[in-house]
Amino acid sequence: MALYTEKVMEHFRRPRNVGCIDNADGVGEVGNAKCGDIMKIYIRVDNDIIADVKFETFGCGSAIASSSMATEMIKGKPLKDALSLTNKAVTEALDGLPAHKLHCSVLAEEAIRAAVKDYYDKHGIAYDHSKFASCTDCAGCCG
Amino acid sequence: MIYMDNAATTKMSQAAIAAMLPGMEKVWGNPSSLYAVGQQAAEALWSARERIAACLGASPKEIYFTSGGSEADNQAIISAAWEGARRGKKHIISSAVEHHAVLHTLRKLAKAGFVVELLPVSAEGLIAPEQVAAAVRPDTCLVSIMYANNEIGTVMPVAEIGALCREKGVPFHTDAVQAAGHLPIDVAAQNIDFLALSAHKFRGPKGIGVLFARRGQPLASLIEGGAQERGKRAGTENVPAIMSMAAALEEACGHMAEDTTRLLKLRDRLIAGLAQIPYSVLNGDAVKRLPGNVNFCFEGIEGESLLLLLDDKGVCASSGSACTSGSLDPSHVLLAIGRPHELAHGSLRLSLGRDNTEQEVDYVVRSVAEVVAYLRNMSPLWQEKLAGQRAFILSK
Repeated sequence: MALYTEKVMEHFRRPRNVGCIDNADGVGEVGNAKCGDIMKIYIRVDNDIIADVKFETFGCGSAIASSSMATEMIKGKPLKDALSLTNKAVTEALDGLPAHKLHCSVLAEEAIRAAVKDYYDKHGIAYDHSKFASCTDCAGCCG
Repeated sequence: MIYMDNAATTKMSQAAIAAMLPGMEKVWGNPSSLYAVGQQAAEALWSARERIAACLGASPKEIYFTSGGSEADNQAIISAAWEGARRGKKHIISSAVEHHAVLHTLRKLAKAGFVVELLPVSAEGLIAPEQVAAAVRPDTCLVSIMYANNEIGTVMPVAEIGALCREKGVPFHTDAVQAAGHLPIDVAAQNIDFLALSAHKFRGPKGIGVLFARRGQPLASLIEGGAQERGKRAGTENVPAIMSMAAALEEACGHMAEDTTRLLKLRDRLIAGLAQIPYSVLNGDAVKRLPGNVNFCFEGIEGESLLLLLDDKGVCASSGSACTSGSLDPSHVLLAIGRPHELAHGSLRLSLGRDNTEQEVDYVVRSVAEVVAYLRNMSPLWQEKLAGQRAFILSK
């Protein structure tokens, strides 16, 4: 049996939405170099809709595939949908990830939340801080 | 397919395959049986033992067949530890860069009350004989230093360490899994008391290996049962695999000089090519190095995605990244030579073998350069380094 599903390999080989957005409305970066994965998500927001999204990822095959799939899933969607995207939904859309790679889908979820939080902060939009736990420590992800 | 992972395993040679067949078709008896087909198997076994002993400078009665290198390492270390404990000696010296077959056995012994001292290595991955000399204590029962490192290819000063261990009266074990069939071994001249090797690293079959234990070194058996292997390793011998291993080792040792000359040329071409990639660094010693080993770190990328994309280009290689090791930390060897975690995640090992060509080397250099550039382009770590927001670890 292969390590990854066809879907993971397809997104890994042809990742969607790679790159950065100049003057993005929100940028979220999670993970760290020591753990071996960093995910950075850029969003452009138009009337509470994610008009554009790009990602840059340093990491393994599943980290790149998770970034690609997660950005696909939120592109053109309302911000509230982006905030409700779970790592489970990303994993399911990829037809599953090996157990020790699930944290990659968690990173994708957290990178999106961090980007939306950055958008709120930059634009002075009020939000519930308790719903945005920070993910700067890899212990939470790599554990 | 371009296979450059010969340190993981090798494709069996035609001679090794041919030597295995009679063990299945003709001398298929149990070597412990007294009738002809059994005794023929016993003779084949003895012949293999003699030929393997000759390749190592050992005597046939010092050769014990095991299931492979890991079992041989386990048995050597546990035997020396138990004998040490019997004499009140519970201090063991080894290195930080050993294979897990050694490190995990030592970890188990440490839990059982042994004092295990893992010597640090130099930036090139070397242990100096003086380090071993300084570490030996009156209660030292074993020194275990690998012959050549499986990840970064560094070749240890085994003869010097063997000589000083002999002088101090401490048993010396060496894990020679990467060295056997590739580097000259003479257990007598090198004062080696225990040595482990594995057939599939020199184009022999998997699941078979050898423990050399010098006459007079007490052996503890890990597997109890019949009286095979002089009572030190129970279980009916894997005669076909043993016959095949003997042929493979003879072939490897017989062609060692010419193979080494050819491999060194390919290895150094590969190293020179990969060194052209900006912000890359060779791991291990440039000279005291296995003839087929190449190991690099590339800044700003992660090893597993590198391997997957190389696989798409038909190149089989390996990496010391956490994602490929199945643990959270990258290779303990790369960390031991001082590579930070971030760099160690971006490592690549290419290990050359008999079938590799210069054209393949050139193709691999091009492929690695392309894949590294592609992955760096999508790496935020790399982009932030380029933008001056993070510091580069390596120089251009």
